[in-house]
Amino acid sequence: MEELIKVTGLKKTFKLSSKQQKIEKTKSKVKIAVNGLNFNAYRGEVFGLLGPNGAGKTTTLRMLATLIKPDEGDVVIDGASVTKNPDMVRSKIAFLTGELKLEDFFTPNYMYDFFSDLHHVDAETRNARREKLFKRFGIDKFAEVKIGSLSTGMRQKVSLVVSLVHDPDIIIFDEPTNGLDVMTAKVVTDFLMELKNEGKTIIVSTHIFSLIEKICDRVGIVINGQMCVCDLLSNLTEDMSLEDKFFKIYEEIIGEEV
Amino acid sequence: MNKDVFTIVKKEFTRFFGDKRLFFSSVIMPGLLIFVMYSIMGKGLMKSFSVSDDYVSKIYVENMPEELNDNFNALGTDITEITDEQVDESKALLLDDGSDKIDAIIVFPQDFIKVVNSYEISDGNEAPNVKIFYNSANTKSSRIYSLIVSILDEYEASISNKFDINKLAEDESYDQATEKETTGMLFSMIMPMLLLIFLFTGCMSIAPDAIAGEKERGTIATLLVTPVKRSSIALGKIISLSVFSLLSGISSFLGTMLSMPALMGGNTEGLNASVYSAKDYILLFLIIISTVLMFVSILAVVSAFAKSVKEAGTLVLPFMLLIIGIGLSSMMGGGSSMTALDSVIPIYGTVKCLSGIFAFNYNIAYIFIAVGMNIAVTCALTYVLTKMFNNEKIMF
Repeated sequence: MEELIKVTGLKKTFKLSSKQQKIEKTKSKVKIAVNGLNFNAYRGEVFGLLGPNGAGKTTTLRMLATLIKPDEGDVVIDGASVTKNPDMVRSKIAFLTGELKLEDFFTPNYMYDFFSDLHHVDAETRNARREKLFKRFGIDKFAEVKIGSLSTGMRQKVSLVVSLVHDPDIIIFDEPTNGLDVMTAKVVTDFLMELKNEGKTIIVSTHIFSLIEKICDRVGIVINGQMCVCDLLSNLTEDMSLEDKFFKIYEEIIGEEV
Repeated sequence: MNKDVFTIVKKEFTRFFGDKRLFFSSVIMPGLLIFVMYSIMGKGLMKSFSVSDDYVSKIYVENMPEELNDNFNALGTDITEITDEQVDESKALLLDDGSDKIDAIIVFPQDFIKVVNSYEISDGNEAPNVKIFYNSANTKSSRIYSLIVSILDEYEASISNKFDINKLAEDESYDQATEKETTGMLFSMIMPMLLLIFLFTGCMSIAPDAIAGEKERGTIATLLVTPVKRSSIALGKIISLSVFSLLSGISSFLGTMLSMPALMGGNTEGLNASVYSAKDYILLFLIIISTVLMFVSILAVVSAFAKSVKEAGTLVLPFMLLIIGIGLSSMMGGGSSMTALDSVIPIYGTVKCLSGIFAFNYNIAYIFIAVGMNIAVTCALTYVLTKMFNNEKIMF
């Protein structure tokens, strides 16, 4: 299997304010969000990062997407390093998270074409892709409605579609179903399965066990910025459910019951 | 890279020109507001400082000399003769608001004409004195006071004319200033400051929202995960914002120029903007464009640093004060001509150049140095903005 994403010794710290130091009862001026994380993702697989809030999942994905730079370590995505060649990485991936918004003033049509232009997609390919994706997500009926006037779910779908204008092989998805109603969440989950069947490599972060069980091939459990377990989903769920397994591991690491 | 800059500029243009409200509030409104406000102010000022032509002033006079009757009647006033005892009690009527109100009281010495004619300066006695009581807080009273003074001055001159100053003559004009000189002096004093302030406020109404606003709304992050170079984003923003700011600045400027006649009470004699040549206007345009680029890049960097539009608005204020302060230097500099050192100081050099062009007293090399400095500052700040877009602590 071809290693498409290779994460080695990834570390990221944030400065703590003096007040926050008191709250956390620590003398250390920095908070270690991600602490020497290692994992690989292979071509065509769905890799899930599972962990509680504050475990460092989002920070890890942001480093993968080149939005923030690692303090130590590196990520090599399809041969391009996020520290040495971030522009190249950006052209290979789609990054989707709730923090990335589209301007309210524009319509889905305009935004799609704008980002296609920035990714240098030719007009013919662009139109064909747009038509297909807009239809798939039911955006076609709202294509000329300003994004500010769309419902939250529709807006999320537009963001998803816009992030895929360049048809990348690697898709990084932070909390894909967060804030979506069950209907929209299902549309998104089904779409991820479709992408997987097309041979795309997908990395998702979530704290929802059912989502992992449904779509992931391999799972990495992140607690306190460290990768505790990284294995095939089938191996992890051999003797107990993923949920039970997770709490068992959590207990071993933290040393107390949840 | 150029293609990406173009794509971003195109999007910003669509945003700006497609949003009728934004376009109206940042381009149409500033000019319109200034025009309406200044016109009303000008009209209001005129009204409160002028007296309608058909107003008949009421004056009380003690010991009215018959020889002056004709002169006073020519003013079209309502004259009432009073006695010495009535003078003091009549003074209250100057402050009255009712129908008994009077505009002035004149007290001539007894036998005024006779006393004046027999008076010799060489005697060393005190000269005869005419008292005029009036109310300077009242426009009508002030006006009649000055008219009375001028009648008496004229009379005094007619009885003992030793010499005249600038006696009115049809074939001679004493003021040697040409239209060009007058316009040059006035414009070189006020225009640099006005232009600077209008251009800066033009930028201020647009730049913070386009950068700090996008940061606040999380839309710039979406742009930052695309493979577009940060320098293209910075350049695209600065170019498009400069165009909008220029439009906004021009709007304010037009509003001021068009309301000038009303503001100055129609008293714009000797002012004529056509005294400037095409070359002057081209140089002016060069300076304005380069200044707008510099202002936009200053505001873009400040806005990128701010976490919200509101914070950007606050951070920008010290710059605004600085601009006004430097702009004022053109009013106080006494029109000293420009030196090479002036031209390399950003903003100050611009003011000096503007002042020089308006006063027809400039050195073209210095203007190009100043324009070059503005462009250099813009480039440096564009580079800073690019670095800021790359800095996660600032952007996220």
